Amino acid sequence: MENEYKNVYVFAEQRNGVIQNVAYELLGKANDLAAELGQKVIALLLGDGITDKAQDLIEMGADEVVVVDRPELKDYLTEQYTQAMSQIIDHCHPRIVLFGATTIGRDLAPRLACRVKSGLVADCTKLTIEPDKDGNLDFFSTRPAFGGNLMATIVCPTSRPQMSTVRPGVMQKRTREVGRKGVIQPFTPTFDPSKFKVRLLETKMNDNKVADISNAKILISGGRGVHDKEGFAKLQALADVMGGMVSSSRAMVDAGVMDHAYQVGQTGKTVRPNLYMACGISGAIQHLAGMEESHYIVAINKDKYAPIFSVADLGIVGDLHKIVPMLTERIKKELEK
Amino acid sequence: MNIIVCVKQVPDTTEIKIDPVKGTLIRDGVPSIMNPDDKGGLELALRMKETEGATVTVVSMGPPQADRMLREALAMGADRAILLSDRRFAGADTLATSYALAGCIRTLDYDLIIAGRQAIDGDTAQVAPEMAQHLDLPQVSYVIDAKKTANGFIVKKENEDCVQTLEVEGKCVLTVLASAFKARYMTVEGIIDAYKREVEVWTADQIDVEEEKLGLKGSPTKVHKSFPKALKEPGEVFELSEEEAVELIVSRLKEKHII
Ligand SMILES: Cc1cc2nc3c(=O)[nH]c(=O)nc-3n(C[C@H](O)[C@H](O)[C@H](O)COP(=O)(O)OP(=O)(O)OC[C@H]3O[C@@H](n4cnc5c(N)ncnc54)[C@H](O)[C@@H]3O)c2cc1C
Ligand SMILES: Cc1cc2nc3c(=O)[nH]c(=O)nc-3n(C[C@H](O)[C@H](O)[C@H](O)COP(=O)(O)OP(=O)(O)OC[C@H]3O[C@@H](n4cnc5c(N)ncnc54)[C@H](O)[C@@H]3O)c2cc1C
Repeated sequence: MENEYKNVYVFAEQRNGVIQNVAYELLGKANDLAAELGQKVIALLLGDGITDKAQDLIEMGADEVVVVDRPELKDYLTEQYTQAMSQIIDHCHPRIVLFGATTIGRDLAPRLACRVKSGLVADCTKLTIEPDKDGNLDFFSTRPAFGGNLMATIVCPTSRPQMSTVRPGVMQKRTREVGRKGVIQPFTPTFDPSKFKVRLLETKMNDNKVADISNAKILISGGRGVHDKEGFAKLQALADVMGGMVSSSRAMVDAGVMDHAYQVGQTGKTVRPNLYMACGISGAIQHLAGMEESHYIVAINKDKYAPIFSVADLGIVGDLHKIVPMLTERIKKELEK
Repeated sequence: MNIIVCVKQVPDTTEIKIDPVKGTLIRDGVPSIMNPDDKGGLELALRMKETEGATVTVVSMGPPQADRMLREALAMGADRAILLSDRRFAGADTLATSYALAGCIRTLDYDLIIAGRQAIDGDTAQVAPEMAQHLDLPQVSYVIDAKKTANGFIVKKENEDCVQTLEVEGKCVLTVLASAFKARYMTVEGIIDAYKREVEVWTADQIDVEEEKLGLKGSPTKVHKSFPKALKEPGEVFELSEEEAVELIVSRLKEKHII
């Protein structure tokens, strides 16, 4: 009976017709999982006027794409999407279904898990296929809990599908294979509009001058030690020279110096740039949760016991207000060479 | 209007330490608090009580010690407190937790259910949407504002990239963000009064559930293992002159091909 449930499915989140990065990241991970299981990767693409995006998902790692292209699915609304997704699950019998742990994924996945009466693991940072105690391959999802203090590996031994939401910015996407071939399968759900009790009146986009720090390769990040907007101007100058962006700890967001969109950490964004330079950030666990996967971490802090040094590859004890401007001039010269 | 607020007692996770040998949480001496988002939810309910007139009932599932948190809710202005406490609820994952809460709420009279977005211990943010599904009610999560209308609610919701205004017809479940509803303090009279009032303690027999769907038995997920987060090997920390520090950073960034 269990063998009926097959393949690794990815909910390909889109907003205004734009496939979200996290969908590509999940396709990357789903390829690893499917290879271990000897099964396929199937993307679920829901929206209105969305069919032409299916090829994009194939090029990023989907073997098949199930497309539900319906006007009811133009904007994300919980009930509409849950109706479509639960009918896909009833029809396709997925083994595993992955969602981005975004405001959409974390709204949809639990609603859906409860409707199909299966287990759901929240906000995972690691997914593996390993033998269980009987030697059968099973799916293990690892996630932080207790504010990032504890990691837990969760299993869902008997219910299917096994569902997880996955933190954006953690999994690696694959390089695009232009012209890759795959199967595109339209799916037509039967909607019950009597259950549509929520209507979208207005969407106010955030100031889009705010660029997305999760895509930056270099982040110069500031904390309370930066003090104010003038301090951040010094960080911005360094970021400009290096082609990077500026980000922030929560202390500076709470102080009104930086916008929340720039916040790194448990209640901000998860980032993994090539370089994360933490200036005047103490390194609270909630901050580390968002940046410790960065490839190279430099910390500048005047307190040699600051916890940020425990995750830094290179730690400098000193005054950022002196070091950062000097470093900016020095790198400028270096790059002119 | 009858409003139900789901509140959970949680350890203050900012004060939690891990036993480095056993890999378990050290809970001794860690204070228990009302989950911050739930406190925000209670605040929203109390504001509605002031503007619209409402009866506010707080519901919690947990051990007998949660009595203290429920009295805090009464002292803030809640009218009634129910504690679901029964060994049969133990070991519940989010599906079974939400099922028990829904089973309790089904026996009550309500127009609106408010929950926190996320509990700071389990950190899943799954209980409220699952509860809404068990009750067959619409849900709106990540709520930062809500107003009663003639036949429902107008709700503002915060996403990563936008704020949405939604209109809900009829009863619903809202999950709220603490940051949007700064909670009031308890008053002295409120505290004294709260200790004179009753916190109702209910068992599984008093709610509308099938016993095999409760607790561990009713939970599709299991914690396979838990362990403290592995910290990576710390790098080197240098105390140098500013000039030397700058040279060191530049040479390391070149080594790593970052510049
Ligand atoms: C539920 C919850 C969620 C949270 N989520 C997040 C989150 O997402 N992101 C986040 O960042 N925080 C988060 N926090 C807050 C977190 O606990 C810390 O309070 C916060 O990260 C501290 O920010 P900071 O390091 O900038 O400030 P501080 O801790 O005050 O550190 C400032 C540092 O600057 C150094 N300094 C001062 N002057 C200088 C100088 N001239 N040169 C060099 N160094 C200097 C000091 O030595 C100190 O180490 C959360 C907290 C909770 C409870
Ligand atoms: C380390 C660890 C990891 C876990 N991982 C998972 C997992 O991935 N999936 C899973 O299904 N279960 C998981 N669980 C079990 C889960 O923590 C419990 O089911 C818990 O009772 C509810 O989840 P939560 O704390 O995440 O609540 P959340 O879903 O974050 O809570 C949201 C809101 O629901 C309301 N609420 C939640 N619990 C109660 C309550 N007891 N009484 C009243 N209101 C409440 C509150 O308003 C709260 O703000 C895990 C448990 C542990 C110890």
